Amino acid sequence: MENITVKVNGVEISVPKGATVLEAAHAAGFEIPTLCYMKEINEIGACRICVTEVNEGRGFRLVAGCVYPCTDNMEILTASPKVIESRKKTLELILSTHDRKCLSCVRSGNCELQKLCKDYGIEDASKYDGVTNTYEVDNSAAHMYRDNNKCILCRRCVAVCANTQGIGVIGANERGFKTYIGSAFDMGLGETSCVSCGQCISVCPVGAIAEKDYIKPVLEAIADPEKIVLVQTAPAVRAGLGECFGLPIGTNVEGKMVAALRRLGFDKVFDTDFAADLTIMEEANEFLDRVKNGGKLPLITSCSPGWVKYCEHYFPEMTENLSSCKSPQQMFGAVAKTYYAEKIGVDPKNIVMVSIMPCTAKKFEIGRDDQNAAGVPDVDYSLTTRELGRMIERAGINFLGLEDEKFDDPLGISTGAAVIFGATGGVMEAALRTAVYTLTGENPIDFPEVRGTEGIKEATYNVAGMDVKVAVASGLANAKELLEKVQKGEADYHFIEIMGCPGGCVNGGGQPQVAMGIRNFVDIRAERAKVLYNIDAEMPVRQSHENPAIKALYDEFLEKPGSHKAHELLHTTYVKRSIN
Amino acid sequence: MNSAKATVPFKGTKEQEAQLLAFIAEKKDTQGALMPILQKAQEIYGYLPIEVQTIISDNTGIPLEKIYGVVTFYAQFSLYPKGEYTISVCLGTACYVKGSGDIFDKLQEKLGIAGGECTADGKFSLEACRCIGACGLAPVLTVNEDVFGRLTVDDVDKIIEKYNA
Repeated sequence: MENITVKVNGVEISVPKGATVLEAAHAAGFEIPTLCYMKEINEIGACRICVTEVNEGRGFRLVAGCVYPCTDNMEILTASPKVIESRKKTLELILSTHDRKCLSCVRSGNCELQKLCKDYGIEDASKYDGVTNTYEVDNSAAHMYRDNNKCILCRRCVAVCANTQGIGVIGANERGFKTYIGSAFDMGLGETSCVSCGQCISVCPVGAIAEKDYIKPVLEAIADPEKIVLVQTAPAVRAGLGECFGLPIGTNVEGKMVAALRRLGFDKVFDTDFAADLTIMEEANEFLDRVKNGGKLPLITSCSPGWVKYCEHYFPEMTENLSSCKSPQQMFGAVAKTYYAEKIGVDPKNIVMVSIMPCTAKKFEIGRDDQNAAGVPDVDYSLTTRELGRMIERAGINFLGLEDEKFDDPLGISTGAAVIFGATGGVMEAALRTAVYTLTGENPIDFPEVRGTEGIKEATYNVAGMDVKVAVASGLANAKELLEKVQKGEADYHFIEIMGCPGGCVNGGGQPQVAMGIRNFVDIRAERAKVLYNIDAEMPVRQSHENPAIKALYDEFLEKPGSHKAHELLHTTYVKRSIN
Repeated sequence: MNSAKATVPFKGTKEQEAQLLAFIAEKKDTQGALMPILQKAQEIYGYLPIEVQTIISDNTGIPLEKIYGVVTFYAQFSLYPKGEYTISVCLGTACYVKGSGDIFDKLQEKLGIAGGECTADGKFSLEACRCIGACGLAPVLTVNEDVFGRLTVDDVDKIIEKYNA
């Protein structure tokens, strides 16, 4: 591509033609602050925090650096007195209608607005105080709340919902000073076809939207001597939790996480990975059964509750394609409250099952019908990675100083196939490892075609003389594109993996928020996924069917995959929902 | 937030729907189709309640919220039907300084609706207007074609009674 030369704060640099002022500055080592800008997702130049002085030969003037394209020989000033003055005024105006309850805000300490105010030396947060709008907090959804009193109207949540997820249940209503983010006809989010993915929460720069926090009842359960409190952690949590404690993106903190959970007082620290292996046993069996007996194909994975809810709302005619397998979170709870309860001789009513998930849709999932294998809910509380981070901090645990510890047996035993569930393509790869073995007796481990962060991946494998066509999608706009191809008859896959969040669970809506200034230049999906693939590569056992604890579970309790008992405990049904 | 849901029962007919669907089919593949579709829908129904916006959403694939966002952005679109009697209070400068703001507030309170809305029985809708050229009578309001001038807040009850009879 053709290059042009620009000068950023006196530093001459060559950039590709079409690069924005923001990109040129970044390349020259200067960061321009942003609030609304999300690369390729929300390029609307609306918030004006990125204003930058440029000179294209006619003198310096202010432009929106995030979207303004560089021209040859352009001079750029990213932090001149005029720039600083303008940004400061914009911040003061944002603050004039912002509910400044920073001390009690969930984002205190990692709020992008708070950081900018500090960086730009805002001395008087109430400088332009005047008329304000007050809004009721929307608590209608199972997984999150919206407090528009803290909203700065950056529209990142709107863009991620409409563009990345292809849903669009939130948007800007009214106009001018009365503008607010909400849903059609002021429906509460819980009344809309929101799928609970939480991507809006991950991109919110402030505390206007957040997950519903269940730390308190979990701590109360731990303090109750009558209760046995078990915890399970999803694969992706170990790849994200470290960020809550300042560790670089892509740090594996599995051992410290286990140690911290024990110090928090959980009676047993187990691993959702165990149930991921179990999911593979059931789902591979279901797949082979559907292929052999002419069942509904393509079979589509059901691990991601955001995706499942999306399917129910937007592709209700395809719910029969969904695997009847409960998600690993729910399978884990079902096994813990039946098999494990029996093993330790405890009434399942006295077991409190807590899950730590990179996900907000899991909070919705635990309340679904038909998720109570032992007559009590399979999972009692589902916390996000962020909530766990807060719990550890609140308990005064020196996370960074913890020695690594191991999960408890037997529900902490897992394989490499399970840990990659947390990245897009991981469930497919894990299923292929077991399906190919079941059909051919061979043991291939690596299926690189289904790895990587692309939104849609396709591959064909010849297994025992049959061409098995598979596809993997992550992010719901990608899922929609793929499913429309299937519906139009343009593709005839046998097996599809879909994850609601782009990149899979590592980038789930419950993972630690990463400031957009970093996200615009670092692919957090890839960095966190690396953690999981590295763990997989080092695991002694890398196929779900070789997991000794899973073998014991079938031998002692479930008989075989797809047995009557397995169906009763580990499988579920779906409903058809409407679009609102 | 005002609840835009509580309103007069929807009385759309099959003919109206067919007319709207034909227009959507004609326009939906052109860029920027939403504005002309909304204008047509308002022309057909007189206003844009959830039932009408849902028809548009279902047949264009545009999320309902996006449509609602556009409808609430532009003053030309209304979420509420016109009542049998439209009460229009002048909030132009002369009327305003003579206290028409208080009259408007009293009407909102009395009718239980905000400006732009219609009472649930379909009888009255309330709106604010700018100068109607009767500044000598300020403050002024109109009920359909009837003009009332030199008003005080206390006159509001009598006016409503007259049309409620």
